[in-house]
Amino acid sequence: MNKDLTDSIAAERLSVWKFILSEFKPKGKILTPFNVISVPIILVGIILIVIRFWKGIGAVTNLSQEIPWGLWIGFDVVTGVAFAGGAYVLTFMVYILNMRKYHSIVRVTVLNGFLAYLFYAGALLLDLGKPWNVINPVIGNNFGVSSVLFLVAWHFLLYMIAQLIEFSPAIAEWLGARRAHKILSGMTLAAVIFGITLSILHQSGLGALYLMAKEKIHPLWYSEFIPVLFFVSSIFAGLGMVIFEGSISHKVFFKQISDEHHKEQRGIIHGLAKICTATLFVYFFLQLIVFIHGKRWDLINTPMGYWYLVEMLGFVLLPMLLFFYSYRTNNILMIRLASILTMLGVIINRLNVTIIGFRWDIAVHYVPSWMEIVVTLTVLLTEIWIFRWVIRRMPVLWESTIWKKDNPV
Amino acid sequence: MDLDRRKFLKVIGITSLSLAIGKDIKAEDTKVNKEFNGVLYDASRCKGCHGCEYDCSEANSLPEPAIIDEDAPPRKTDETRRTVVNKFETSKGPVFTKIQCMHCNEPACVAACLTQAMYKTPEGAVIWREDKCMGCRYCMISCPFDSPKFEYHSPNPKIEKCSMCFETRISQGEIPACAENCPNDALLFGNRRELISEARRRIYESPDQYIEHIYGEHEAGGTCWLYISPVPFKELGMNTKLQKESYPALTKGFLYSVPSIFVLVPALLLGIQQATKINILPKENEDE
Ligand code: SF4
Ligand code: SF4
Repeated sequence: MNKDLTDSIAAERLSVWKFILSEFKPKGKILTPFNVISVPIILVGIILIVIRFWKGIGAVTNLSQEIPWGLWIGFDVVTGVAFAGGAYVLTFMVYILNMRKYHSIVRVTVLNGFLAYLFYAGALLLDLGKPWNVINPVIGNNFGVSSVLFLVAWHFLLYMIAQLIEFSPAIAEWLGARRAHKILSGMTLAAVIFGITLSILHQSGLGALYLMAKEKIHPLWYSEFIPVLFFVSSIFAGLGMVIFEGSISHKVFFKQISDEHHKEQRGIIHGLAKICTATLFVYFFLQLIVFIHGKRWDLINTPMGYWYLVEMLGFVLLPMLLFFYSYRTNNILMIRLASILTMLGVIINRLNVTIIGFRWDIAVHYVPSWMEIVVTLTVLLTEIWIFRWVIRRMPVLWESTIWKKDNPV
Repeated sequence: MDLDRRKFLKVIGITSLSLAIGKDIKAEDTKVNKEFNGVLYDASRCKGCHGCEYDCSEANSLPEPAIIDEDAPPRKTDETRRTVVNKFETSKGPVFTKIQCMHCNEPACVAACLTQAMYKTPEGAVIWREDKCMGCRYCMISCPFDSPKFEYHSPNPKIEKCSMCFETRISQGEIPACAENCPNDALLFGNRRELISEARRRIYESPDQYIEHIYGEHEAGGTCWLYISPVPFKELGMNTKLQKESYPALTKGFLYSVPSIFVLVPALLLGIQQATKINILPKENEDE
């Protein structure tokens, strides 16, 4: 081989590495309030994680023989994944329905979704007693194929790959890899279709996990329709998150956002509010059918019944009406308020199924320990750190002009 | 590279396929094999000597049971004891009840386990296999009897539950330690079908000594461990609200729908994508 050529390739490689290394240096101010709060929490969290692997799960959690899944599953995994649902809804709208108006927020949502899955799967590992055996159902020496959890675990894995492919053009642009960019962009549609299918199945699968716990979940929250309810609510959970997160990153990452994108923002939020209204309506209607079908009138006049009413009226019906009203009057502030209510509602719903309503009847109730909460915060904050790192470097919020022409969609 | 991908796709294919039919095979299995082993526990014979608790801990190398206070609230099994015998003050005076894993015919724990660590042996015992388990505790969520227990204070935790002494004794041709040593003949080991006839016979012959209910004949789709008692099982602290169908049946509908979703949804999505693509060509930028 020609020596010059090898040299130049080597030099190029070297510069790529230099480039990546230089990108690890922080961009932006170091002493921000976010950093000051998050760093100590993350440090404590890491210590707690060490203790957890050293002394066992019981050393940091309040889990018991009756309540084997607590905050780490009920909130980090089940709730977190619902919020990551924005990615599949948006890719559906942009790539399948060809609603190009929403194209500018696809990347950031997919990135968000990917990181969410990465970290929630990570949280899952913390909760496993023997995480090293997690390889068993993956490499195929032990396929528990009749298990819903098997399905969910596999779908997490495959969906993460699909999302990585969807996001990879941005990485290629960042690294300046033209050929790779072309190939990766070509794979987007396949990844999107695969990803949406997987999402439908594992969003509902997370609900189906609890189907066998029939007598353990309060009847107001248990029904054979949990999978459907989980799926439908993941749509507005994800979109609520997109609206909410969009308004935050617009403030925080103001510089990174292109002008064109700023103008689009109103139209996008407006459109999303419309979809939220519709899905919330469907969801409310489904819940109503489940309620009537299950003949649960006598349960309403109990403390759990009041709590159920709070969830249904305050966090489903109310945000639905708010969304409806605000998209007719074009009130962006109210849309944001509605999206926050919607998200709270999804959190309450997931926790009702997984924690509050789970074994509501036993004497000793589960309340997460402060250590479980700190570890949960650690997972969340680390995710935000990585998110920020990527946003500041890769073409996520802004369009890189050089790339625009050869990549119209 | 290409080969790898093909292999990968094959694995996915097999997985989603078996997601559809795996269930069927399993159901067939249990239907064909009616000759499960089981144990019949007769609450009217048990004198509450707690001997089986000691036998169990010895046979399974668990810590010896602590001094037992009969009048304390009923104890539960946990990661240090696979069985306990509790006293209940009932309408017919004190009656004892032994609890342990029920070894369901169609166990929820086995359906739940994604690594096949929980395993229903063809002989009927449901066992846990340490090298496969990943400690997710989904079996605990799913078991209607709350039988599997978890070692929360170990860095390499185990699931503890009754194994019917399968590995240590049954596979060697012996019978479970508790059943072998019970001095009052309250525990009878045998073929499940025959045990049910035996239970019926006892109820039939002394109708005033028993209520007419064999707990475990139909509960949770039938269990290998069977109970007869002089008082309603509710008074013995047993869960009487369980459904008659097996618990894995609850997830059947969901799992059945998976393959069809995998076929239909991508086709549908592709169809929509093509249709909307053509639509936007003439009137660019109008997207709603
Ligand atoms: S009682 Fe629970 S642990 Fe035992 S076989 Fe049935 S489902 Fe499994
Ligand atoms: S804890 Fe172990 S035995 Fe139980 S479901 Fe998980 S992998 Fe299976």
